[in-house]
Amino acid sequence: MKTALRSLLVTLASLRLTVVCLSTALVLVLVGTLAQVNLNPVEVQRLYFQSWFIWWSAPSGGFSLPVFPGGHFIGAVLLLNLMGAHISRFVWSWRKAGIQLTHLGLIIMLAGGLATDLFSVSSHMYLRQGETKNYSDDDARTELAVTELTLGETNPVIAIPGEVLAACGSTSHVTLPFKVVVKGFYPNADLQMLGQENGPSIPAASNGAGAQVGLKPLPPVSDMNKRNQTCALVEIIPNKDGKSLGTWLVSVAIDQAQDFEVDGRRWSLELRFARYYKDYSLSLISFTHEIYPGTEIPKNFSSKVTLADAQHHEARQVQIYMNHPLRYLGDTYYQSGFQSDNSGTILQVVRNPSYQAPYISCIIVSLGLLMQFTYHLVGFARRTNAASAP
Amino acid sequence: MNRSLPYLILLVAVIWLGSLWIPKTTKADDFDVSAFSCLPVLTGGRIKPLDTVARNSLLIMSRKQTLKLASGESMSASRWLAELWFNPRVADTYPTFYVANQEVLGMFGWPQADKRYCTFAELLPKLQKIDEEGRAAADKNAKERSPFEVAIYDLRNSLLLYQQLELSIHWHGTENFGKEIDTYAATLAAATAKLNQSQTPPDKDQTALLRSAAARYEQQANATNVLAVSPPAGGKEGDWRSTGAALMHLGAAQAIPASLAAFADLSDAFRAQDAATFSRVAKEYSGWFSIAHPEWTGRTHFEQLFNQVEPFYQGMVLYVAAFLLACSSWLVCPRSLRKTALLLLMLAFAVHSFGMFSRMYLQSRPPVTNLYSSAIFVGWGAAIIAMVLESLFRYGIGTACASVVGFVTLLIAHNLGSNGDTLEMQQAVLDSNLWLATHVVVITLGYSAMLLAGVLALTYVLVGLVTTKLTRELAQMLASMVYGVMCFATLFSFVGTVLGGIWADQSWGRFWGWDPKENGALLIVLWCALILHARWGGMIRQRGLMAMVICGNAITAFSWFGVNMLGIGLHTYGFMSKAFPWLMSFVVLQVLLALLTRLPASRWRSFRHAERRVLTAAGFDAPV
Repeated sequence: MKTALRSLLVTLASLRLTVVCLSTALVLVLVGTLAQVNLNPVEVQRLYFQSWFIWWSAPSGGFSLPVFPGGHFIGAVLLLNLMGAHISRFVWSWRKAGIQLTHLGLIIMLAGGLATDLFSVSSHMYLRQGETKNYSDDDARTELAVTELTLGETNPVIAIPGEVLAACGSTSHVTLPFKVVVKGFYPNADLQMLGQENGPSIPAASNGAGAQVGLKPLPPVSDMNKRNQTCALVEIIPNKDGKSLGTWLVSVAIDQAQDFEVDGRRWSLELRFARYYKDYSLSLISFTHEIYPGTEIPKNFSSKVTLADAQHHEARQVQIYMNHPLRYLGDTYYQSGFQSDNSGTILQVVRNPSYQAPYISCIIVSLGLLMQFTYHLVGFARRTNAASAP
Repeated sequence: MNRSLPYLILLVAVIWLGSLWIPKTTKADDFDVSAFSCLPVLTGGRIKPLDTVARNSLLIMSRKQTLKLASGESMSASRWLAELWFNPRVADTYPTFYVANQEVLGMFGWPQADKRYCTFAELLPKLQKIDEEGRAAADKNAKERSPFEVAIYDLRNSLLLYQQLELSIHWHGTENFGKEIDTYAATLAAATAKLNQSQTPPDKDQTALLRSAAARYEQQANATNVLAVSPPAGGKEGDWRSTGAALMHLGAAQAIPASLAAFADLSDAFRAQDAATFSRVAKEYSGWFSIAHPEWTGRTHFEQLFNQVEPFYQGMVLYVAAFLLACSSWLVCPRSLRKTALLLLMLAFAVHSFGMFSRMYLQSRPPVTNLYSSAIFVGWGAAIIAMVLESLFRYGIGTACASVVGFVTLLIAHNLGSNGDTLEMQQAVLDSNLWLATHVVVITLGYSAMLLAGVLALTYVLVGLVTTKLTRELAQMLASMVYGVMCFATLFSFVGTVLGGIWADQSWGRFWGWDPKENGALLIVLWCALILHARWGGMIRQRGLMAMVICGNAITAFSWFGVNMLGIGLHTYGFMSKAFPWLMSFVVLQVLLALLTRLPASRWRSFRHAERRVLTAAGFDAPV
């Protein structure tokens, strides 16, 4: 048993395993690059790089087989191999210091990459000129906001997550005097006004905006630059009498509020992208889109915003532009795009607790490689000089 | 004699180079095209001399920077541009358009022989057909176009460019541009004065003249991309106007801008064959500009000189000479030939550096900004590393390999430069000198080191297989060189890749996105790591090392160009489907060359009778 464990450790720490891992990684990266000719990058990432295995599905369907290790698998083995080699063969000497340092840097990089995969969250903040927001939108997730309008300024909002809607069940909340029954959920759909030529003829819902439009389900978009128009069909049933008020179509594409009354209180429904609320707010002062004179080539995109944080007594103007993000309280804001009429900006918001890992790792590995190669070069030059000396 | 020979040859080469710097003089009775070619315009977002506009336009249309006339004479690009602008009906009869596709020629009903250069006049009756077919090709994805469609698409673009360029100064049929704009300005002033004084509208003739002129100027302003009218002293880059726009916005009491008046005089003098006036106006306008805008003058004049000297072409010639001398040094007169080769390499490198730093000065950018400049930089970086090797080993191998890499990369750059201006403006996200100077430079140095190591490895294989010269010492020396250069390749590739990740983190909020170009860089890093680990683990010896390093050439080429050809991802700044077959053949060739290392010792002329320890070091199983 002890010898078996020992030989396992030896294998785990061996150079041979390193070579095998590197070769496998090479094949994976090559295949994953070529695959992007036909698949979009996000899909490729999921299938090849952020997976444990690459699966081959039988053309007839039914079963699939793992055919090649995925990115997570190779990364994990490489990480174990690195750490194993460090533990089992670590000897301190100047001759080896460069190599040790290089590998330490690599461990930080791989571990940081894993943490990014697991913990980083990306969202967008859409700001029109003059608008102030204290939240960002998650383009990949939606929520149904049920707001009580009667209470004025301090409207309490109940947000029902998209995942719950997608399950198509009935939802209630202790503070709501009614049940929300999801009759249908469409990750992406096209909405068209009724009565148009070749258009839809059946209204999508009985009340609200949905009474004037027809709905055509679409497959979810794969283009990274497009957003899904998620829709849901919901029915409101008051708790008191259990008599349905009818159905509403809610969609991220519908801007106008859709309201109804239960027990003399007014409520509104809105399907929106899931929000991440912040303890501070950003307002857009202005957005500029510069081009080179006499061309259409963009020179710079830049957003001037006010950052306001009462808690930390911050109130300042910030310029966010290409290659110059704003980092604040763990969030990083990047200039990502602009509304088509140049009236507003789109900021990408990334929360990545391990964003510093590559910076640290890069410095350590560079130092390590430089030390190692300089050591070799100096030794080599010394030997050649000694050999050529008379 | 033997001692001074290298310096004598160097002197000859320097004199030859120096002769190219002397500006061409014009005869008294000829147009001073040289002065004309220095005149500045703003196009493509940058102020450049007419020489550059002319050369780049001609390059797109005819694939050459000079025009070969039917008479066999050649015409400079600037002279051609003057003809096109000021005397278009004559320019229409010059063989300007390169058409080599047999199907396209067949479509025109021309004999499918070697008709390669067509005139605009010849193409004029076929414009509609070309436009239809070209549009159809334009609607297709670039990757799916057939050779015919590519050719017709290119031809349509060339014709569009020709027609746009022609309208840069005035309308085609203009007889006397100076008179035309004077009349226009006078009429405008008179009509406005009348309106202001007596509140009466201008008379019918005036209205008609102003209306038709304004309509024409507007059309002209919309058509051209060349902004020829410089702002007065103190103006900014954004104040440049096309002649059409300048006339459209001419105020009633405003004088005609100096540049517009100058171009009008140039135009009229050119048509009147008045060389003296033409040359005088060109010089006067040039003088006015250098006083009004000293901040822009230095660059435009320098750029004209840079175009004229063609440093990269001279560099190529010198690299070839250095290579041939280095090779000869292994056969005869080793010392003096090796020295000569090294001196010529240094001269080639100096010329190469001059070209590269000139581009940096003209663009105010770090050396690598696009695929073209990356090719120039790869060769430059390889030459530096190889010169260090030469100083360590003094055997001529560094010189030979540096000249091969220098020549080949300049040749690649030459072919990449056929799409027009290689000093183009940077897209917003790339507009960061800090990152261009760090990430891009470092990663490109990685390419340099990889390719240099590859050429060294090829030397090992070819010399070993074909000659008996691969002795124990030489084999050992090459192996050390390859290993050392690989170490640098690893360092540069790794640091460059990570810096790229950090740039991506700064601009897009993610360190790594598995984008094809990022993956390409990662492939190089992984390959380097693989080679180093396999060598440390004793899994490969000399031949294995050489085989892997030769395959490294293929990986570098894929990462440098291949990912751009996939036409996907964020780095598709240089899509070139035409080069795809070249890349594929290069990759296949490298793999085949790497496979040669698997030949048994009896097939290696150098190893046939080698000692045991030589064979072991090379990685052959020791003979019993």
